[in-house]
Amino acid sequence: MSARTGILRGAALLIERDLRLAFRRPSQLGNPLVFFLVVTTLFPLSLSPLPSQLRDIAPGVLWVAALLSSLLALEALLKADAEDGTLEQMVLSGQPVVMLVAAKTVAHWLVGGLPLVIISPLAGLSLGVTPQALWVTAEGLLMGTLTLSFLGSVGAALTIGVRRSSVLLSLLVLPLAMPLLIFGARATDLAIAGESATGPLNLLGALLVFTATLAPFAAGAAVRIGVE
Amino acid sequence: MWTWFHKLASPPHVYRIAGLLVPWFGWVGGVLIAVGVVWGLRFAPADYQQGDGFRILYVHAPSAWMSMFTYVVMALAAGIGLIWRMKVAHAVAASCAPIGAAFTASALVTGALWGQRMWGTWWVWDARLTSELILLFLYFGYIALRSAYDDQQRADRASAILALVGVVNIPIIHYSVVWWNTLHQAASVTKLARPSIAPEMLIPLILMFFGFNIVFGAVLLTRLRGEVLLRERNADWIRALVAQP
Repeated sequence: MSARTGILRGAALLIERDLRLAFRRPSQLGNPLVFFLVVTTLFPLSLSPLPSQLRDIAPGVLWVAALLSSLLALEALLKADAEDGTLEQMVLSGQPVVMLVAAKTVAHWLVGGLPLVIISPLAGLSLGVTPQALWVTAEGLLMGTLTLSFLGSVGAALTIGVRRSSVLLSLLVLPLAMPLLIFGARATDLAIAGESATGPLNLLGALLVFTATLAPFAAGAAVRIGVE
Repeated sequence: MWTWFHKLASPPHVYRIAGLLVPWFGWVGGVLIAVGVVWGLRFAPADYQQGDGFRILYVHAPSAWMSMFTYVVMALAAGIGLIWRMKVAHAVAASCAPIGAAFTASALVTGALWGQRMWGTWWVWDARLTSELILLFLYFGYIALRSAYDDQQRADRASAILALVGVVNIPIIHYSVVWWNTLHQAASVTKLARPSIAPEMLIPLILMFFGFNIVFGAVLLTRLRGEVLLRERNADWIRALVAQP
């Protein structure tokens, strides 16, 4: 057998490929971000434009909007590759499926989650969140969106063979993402109140480590079932 | 030594054994629940603080326990099915889901009734109630994923992975009482050392716990028989079974 591509090299190649594919369609790339901003705009319009009230609902609005917009993009994580047979070839390539799923998830997060973290201060400012809390929110979202991408990779892998899977995907992933929402919104809440948000942020970090180490195995197993 | 294990993997054998066990489980569990209900509702002393209102505990606590226990059974069966490729284990997992959802719904409804009497509200966003609600959503997700697949084998294995992922939620439910200590009272029965509930109240509760567990066994075995029939509907042994007078 000829020299094989190492695991890390394979992962890097895969991430590079996915990023390149994503940047070939920049309009799709921006959609979740626009969705995020639009949803955060809905709340002042529907509830109240008073700054004091907005500040009260800001943590919930930011986190729910972030959760929903990342969820929206999740279906694209594996679907296209599964439909044209690329995913099957990747599984057959001899590279570990766990690495494959993890790399695809990281790539997905780089184009979907990270930009969301970067523009989150914009949405936060419009809701009257204090600068200190904007930083904490971005920190929390940084961990939260990555955790959600890993969690979502399991859901996306489980629904590979299902047609029109987006609603089912939400039903599978949202209940599992509740702890994220609780700790994330709590962190933002504490920061707005001027208190230390270290506790919830640490818990978010713990969830990230936990999910990032375990979810690729579950997602890998699901991918194997999906491409059979 | 492993023959019994191998026999468990054979659908006709499981179908027959389950049929033999159902009446035993049903009767024993039914009698336990009947005794527990009469004892709990009629003879157990009223609570000094909650009066007769506390008596819904005899349905609420076992339901809540069973909602989690069923999920664990489902995840175990799913894991066995996934690892040893055992069709019957997948059938057990599939049979568990609707029962578990029913127990969860029962725990939520009785909890709401109890909350209305004691806290003056049907629903509070307390951690324990919320986790129980999330558990219900997990059951719904599992059932939805299973029904989304046409192919039985894929449905089995995909939903098995989901069950194993979801089992992570069970400890969160259990420890949420400790983590977010809000309106809901802390567990008073599972403290093994010294239960903080009067013995006269505890005995019927224990009867109800065992009754619920055993009746769950009966319902599970009945559903399992149905599930096996459905999955093996083209097999010869079922044709022979139906042809029997």
